[in-house]
Amino acid sequence: MPVDRQFCTFLLAGHHFGVDVTSVQEIIRAQEMTRVPLTAPVVRGLINLRGQIVTALDLRRRLGLPDRPDGDPPVNVVVRTDDGAVSLLVDEIGDVLDVPESAFEQSPETLTGPARGLIRGAYKLDGRLLLILDTDRTVDLADARAPD
Amino acid sequence: MNDIIRDFLLETHESLAQLDLDLVALEKTPRDRETLDRVFRALHTVKGTAGFLGLDRLQAVSHAGENLLSRLRAGEIIFNPEIATAMLAVVDAVRRILAGLEATGQEEEADFSDIIRRLEALTKGAASNRAQPAAPPPPVVVGPTRVTVLPPEPPPAPVLAAVSMAEPAEGRHSAVSDGSIRVDVGLLDKLMTLVGELVLARNQLVGFRAAREDPALHGPVQRLDQLTTELQAGVMKTRMQPVGSLWGKFPRVVRDLAAACGKQVRLDLDGGDTDLDKSVVEAIRDPLTHIVRNAVDHGIEPPADRLSRGKPAEGRLHLHAAHEGGKVVIRVSDDGGGIDPGRVRAKAVAAGLLSADLAARQSDREAVNLVFLPGFSTADRVTHFSGRGVGMDVVRTNVEKIGGTVDLESRPGGGTTVSMKIPLTLAIIPALTVTCGGDRYCIPQVSLLELVRLDGDQAHTGVEYVHGAPVYRLRGNLLPLVHLDRLLRVDPTRPADGGATVVVIQADDRPFGLVVDDIHDTGEIVVKPLRKQLKGAAAFSGATILGDGRVALILDVLGLAQRAGVVSGPRDRAAAERPSAVAAAQARETVLLVASGGGRMAIPLAAVDRLEEFPRASVERVGGRSVVQYRGEILPLVRASRPSRHKRAAKRRPDEQRRLQVAVCAADGRRVGLVVSRLLDVVEEAVTARAPAGRAGVLFTAVVQDRVTEFLDIAAVVKAAHPAAVSPE
Repeated sequence: MPVDRQFCTFLLAGHHFGVDVTSVQEIIRAQEMTRVPLTAPVVRGLINLRGQIVTALDLRRRLGLPDRPDGDPPVNVVVRTDDGAVSLLVDEIGDVLDVPESAFEQSPETLTGPARGLIRGAYKLDGRLLLILDTDRTVDLADARAPD
Repeated sequence: MNDIIRDFLLETHESLAQLDLDLVALEKTPRDRETLDRVFRALHTVKGTAGFLGLDRLQAVSHAGENLLSRLRAGEIIFNPEIATAMLAVVDAVRRILAGLEATGQEEEADFSDIIRRLEALTKGAASNRAQPAAPPPPVVVGPTRVTVLPPEPPPAPVLAAVSMAEPAEGRHSAVSDGSIRVDVGLLDKLMTLVGELVLARNQLVGFRAAREDPALHGPVQRLDQLTTELQAGVMKTRMQPVGSLWGKFPRVVRDLAAACGKQVRLDLDGGDTDLDKSVVEAIRDPLTHIVRNAVDHGIEPPADRLSRGKPAEGRLHLHAAHEGGKVVIRVSDDGGGIDPGRVRAKAVAAGLLSADLAARQSDREAVNLVFLPGFSTADRVTHFSGRGVGMDVVRTNVEKIGGTVDLESRPGGGTTVSMKIPLTLAIIPALTVTCGGDRYCIPQVSLLELVRLDGDQAHTGVEYVHGAPVYRLRGNLLPLVHLDRLLRVDPTRPADGGATVVVIQADDRPFGLVVDDIHDTGEIVVKPLRKQLKGAAAFSGATILGDGRVALILDVLGLAQRAGVVSGPRDRAAAERPSAVAAAQARETVLLVASGGGRMAIPLAAVDRLEEFPRASVERVGGRSVVQYRGEILPLVRASRPSRHKRAAKRRPDEQRRLQVAVCAADGRRVGLVVSRLLDVVEEAVTARAPAGRAGVLFTAVVQDRVTEFLDIAAVVKAAHPAAVSPE
């Protein structure tokens, strides 16, 4: 019997992405952000999430995609990590999807750039692919230090 | 009361309460192996500690109880109410002894032979006990009746009555255990976080009240304000720990170390009730231990030496803690040999931490503080402060990490005092909020010295440049200026009037001016750590949430200063220059002033061998370097100024082309000819104003005779002129 898995999906530069629904703490609209100078460009700033200070990472930059057009407010996908909550900034939020495990396939070898290692693989859905993000690796910026 | 005994009392009172519960439970479920084991272990611990502390009666009673329990555990006898009564009597006897111990510090004279005899009888009566068919039936059946039979209080068996006649076990409970409870630190941390949130919400509401001017709002908000402040103080107090909790281990550490070193040391502790936040107590544990070990190991002399110097054979080590101006000061003083500044200088020079030239110019007080230099203490074990795993530089780093300072004072032959000044708490701190590039940042109040406002004109004329580095004359002293926007690489948003706001802050004893766009209010902020994604940003020590709900970064003053080059990096060899510059501030110096390529420089006269004039024609080129033959040796020539400037200057003064003015300087036994434009003067000057060096070969910049002057680092110049390949070594 095929096992279904649930993913919280979102759009990023026209691509469909998904993160494991159990790792998502909440989805919130664009928040006022405090930028952090001298840090990696991926770090867009800090937001106040009900008294908790959460780092917001620009997922487009993290995956090496072109920057979001000015004026398009991003959406915060707040994910739980070992180091507390981290917000991933995405273009638009999608549905929570149940997808059959059988539709999964590993990333192709030809996948290069920063996205390699962050994308676990893809689910083959009708007419599109749902790319699955490894959130733990995404929030680990050890390889995305400040330009200094 | 002895700390060990106090701890023992506290722990044992807790385990006694559990013993009561377990023994009563055992009556219900006599075959519960786990509970039986727990009872055994608890009593075994009491017995062990009692033996260790020499409490004979306590040991005897618990030993008898333990014997009985061994047989129970072996299954040779089955737990029954009679045994329960006897065991509870043991618990009460223990309690009574502890109460006496707490009251008098002594084990009181009391006779427990009754209980012991009874226990022995029960232990010996194992056979008959086992033979009894009254061995309890399965607990499931018996349970309910047993529960009703036995109240939680021990049954008033005759034995018990005999033992606890003096004081009812429950009535006069221990003051030590009653007065305090153990709370999980995680819970306290959580409470602290919640109070932090409350403080923020309060701040928001207070701002709201000011905006609304609604009288109905006024009263409740004021009350909330007051209550929040009190709650904050209360919760912070729960996290407070006496410094004395750190001191408990020192008698032993000192005793062992003194014995190992063949020394006699008397340890005095006072101010142990001075309270500090738990996190601070943890943070100073290692630095303090290191300082104490150093004092015993290197400070206090062996008895024979002490006697020969007319001191008592027994050295004295004094740990003192006290509140001073909102901070806690911990002093570790010994009456040992003190630190010989000469030896420290020699050692620092030998380790390559600073030049002999610099070392010679330091005051004794500055010299002894060289022990805080990285790499000083671990290199070898010659000096008084040699390494023991961590060096004094680590002590300093760790103390400064929590916003504290370390200072060392020493009288040769008279002893050493190390003082640590540390903040009470790390979680909620007063801070100044400033803006820069449209964002707000918080600067911890502890590092603030003063605020200086420069209007448009002052901002232009008051700021001078030393080789491109901006400085401001603050009451005659040169204050290095650091523009926060440039440092953080954010877009500047300068005030319209062209003025500047300078926040004078101090990092590592070096004041510098941080130029910001504007200054906001000061207030208490709740410090939140930065997540690991931001750990790379050394300029910030944390973040906080401001009254309007926005997040603001807290500036790491030391990190900023290091970034700006005001103070050198912790592992940077150039750190050696820092204390030397401070030392020079106090010392009067005789310097040779020279003009060089349009600038003015000062050379310490002590380093100048002779002043010479060479005909330009005598200069020869060897391997791309200019040299002259001088007194039977080849003297390398070095230009004191930057080449480009010199060329320009040379064009203006062609007469200089024919003869060279040279100051022959020496360091480390080697000489170099310093080519200058003109010799100006020899002055003795108290060098007070300074700014960091703008380039290599320069120690620092200061005002001499009202002119900004660069002080040359002769040792570095000589070293550069004698590359390793051709050096005599």
